[in-house]
Amino acid sequence: MQRKSPLWLTVVSMGFLGLWLMLASIPFLWTLWGSFKVEGDFFSKQDWQNAIYGIRTMVETGGLFTGGGYEGAWVKEEFWKATLNTGIMTLSVVAISLTLGTLGGYALSRSGFRYAFWILIIALVFRAMPHITLVSGYLLPFFELNLWGHLTTTIIVMVAINQPFTLWMLHSFFLNIPKDLDESAMVDGCTRFQAFRYVIIPVMWPGVITTGLFSFLLAYNDFALTGLLLTEENQTMVPKIAGFLGTTQEQGNVMYAVAAVVSATAPLFVLVLFFQRQIVSGLTAGAVKG
Amino acid sequence: MPHRTFISFIWPSALAMILFIALPIVSVGLQSFYVQHEQVIEVVENCTPFGCTESTAVNTEATAELRAAEPLGRFNGAGTYTNRNHLAFNEIAEAWNTADSMSAFFKQVLNLPFYKALAFTLAYTFVVTPLVIILGFMIALAVNRVPGVLKGPTIFFSLLPMIVTPLIGSLILFWMIDAKGVIGGTLQIIFEDPNLSLKASPTLTWITIMVYGVWHHAPFAFVVFYAGLQTVPQDTLESAMIDGANRWERTRHVVIPHLTPLVTFIALIQLMDNFRVFEPIISFNASASATSLSWIIYNDLRGSDGAMLFGSAAATSMLTIIGVCILLAPVILRTWRANRRAA
Repeated sequence: MQRKSPLWLTVVSMGFLGLWLMLASIPFLWTLWGSFKVEGDFFSKQDWQNAIYGIRTMVETGGLFTGGGYEGAWVKEEFWKATLNTGIMTLSVVAISLTLGTLGGYALSRSGFRYAFWILIIALVFRAMPHITLVSGYLLPFFELNLWGHLTTTIIVMVAINQPFTLWMLHSFFLNIPKDLDESAMVDGCTRFQAFRYVIIPVMWPGVITTGLFSFLLAYNDFALTGLLLTEENQTMVPKIAGFLGTTQEQGNVMYAVAAVVSATAPLFVLVLFFQRQIVSGLTAGAVKG
Repeated sequence: MPHRTFISFIWPSALAMILFIALPIVSVGLQSFYVQHEQVIEVVENCTPFGCTESTAVNTEATAELRAAEPLGRFNGAGTYTNRNHLAFNEIAEAWNTADSMSAFFKQVLNLPFYKALAFTLAYTFVVTPLVIILGFMIALAVNRVPGVLKGPTIFFSLLPMIVTPLIGSLILFWMIDAKGVIGGTLQIIFEDPNLSLKASPTLTWITIMVYGVWHHAPFAFVVFYAGLQTVPQDTLESAMIDGANRWERTRHVVIPHLTPLVTFIALIQLMDNFRVFEPIISFNASASATSLSWIIYNDLRGSDGAMLFGSAAATSMLTIIGVCILLAPVILRTWRANRRAA
């Protein structure tokens, strides 16, 4: 049905899209490529093309590619510890937030009372607050109670900070599941919990997976909390990388940081690769329902 | 759903939010009225065979003891709010009285740490948000014209800037614009200025951080608009075509009105996210020329100027929370009115 569009429009549109795709992808490809070079190439004083051809890398290491940055980051700077911490933290945060969030989101979507609306509005205000403003509330009590620095504390805090968002998202997913479904189960003699357990849980997984992805991203990408709430040995990847910047720039090991950055970005790429559809649907879930 | 069932479902989530969001806000509020104890100073009498002299010395033991006994510090009232590092009433009054022109006055005010950060935060929020909406809309229109097979990869690459950790994304760009990096080096060649550095000038730093912001957030607007484009009513489009509307008129009068509610949604999320701008300032090492409200809280808490300044960080946090509430007020008022009308 669509009338054929004029040629100039197609050209302009494709040209613009091509430019955007380059802007979106080249920084990553560039850094990935450069992470296998030596610093003299990636930060070349003479010519930026050195980063592509690896002139200094040839001179210094004898090969076109070097794993020096990765070795330095993972072995010497013990980046594997940070990776392990990130793994523990993100998985726990996702699991706990989803458990609390599904229960709460379900209740909010099925309650007809006014206060459910107000809880959602308060959650929206909580969602809007910069996380770091809360950290200034945590630090002093945590120091006093000796809770500061542990991974467990950070996990619990992050679950709580995640709740407003998780509640909103799951609330809108549960609104999409027809009320008749659980209500007819209750007419048949189920209690609310049984209806939730046997009727809702089997059909809620698409929404839960999508919400889980965003909780994962929030925990994985956080710097405000992890940067201030963890001791050095409990650090996750992001504060560890921020820490590299201070130390490595003086020692001339910027390539450690570059390698660590690439290592930390790789899981996110895999995530988008497999869950692109869920991410897109999750971003729009809130929007379409206003 | 009866109240009792509602509570039994929601209490874990509510408890988490009360303990770690609501109470911390109270704790921030409380802390903002206190400052750290001053060092305990003693007058010590030194007696030598030639007579006694009095000198003052810091009693470290007593200081530590006092600080341990009252970790909150001493009560300072609204003192922290009005001091030089926050609302700086005295400094502003002085600037008002001494400055001979408005621009000189603003220049002095914007040199005060809080106002400097506020200026950048607001500028960032209100420059990046509209640009993100426009760029996202254009990308969505372009992607919508891509043939089916290529759509998946196009969306994949378009999502990358958004999905990447903000600290890491801004680092990647920072390394490229470094004077020795690819973009920085190329710019030096283009402008034939070997000393050109995007980091040296405050204006260029502001622009770079804002460009990063648009790059990072545009995919979000794109995805929302793209989904909205899929639901544009085809009947209306067709009748517009029959009525002789050209492509531009169809976009202007059918597509854009259909997407307007999405603009509100994107603007709301973007205002919230951009107001907390923080990570790029760390990555770009830009605190000399651009600071944000979140950054000054971080700086106080990290204790980079000696001790951790809980009171100061708390006061800035309270001011930031008030700022967020002002930012959100129109949205909440509107929702409240709509809800009251519906009820």
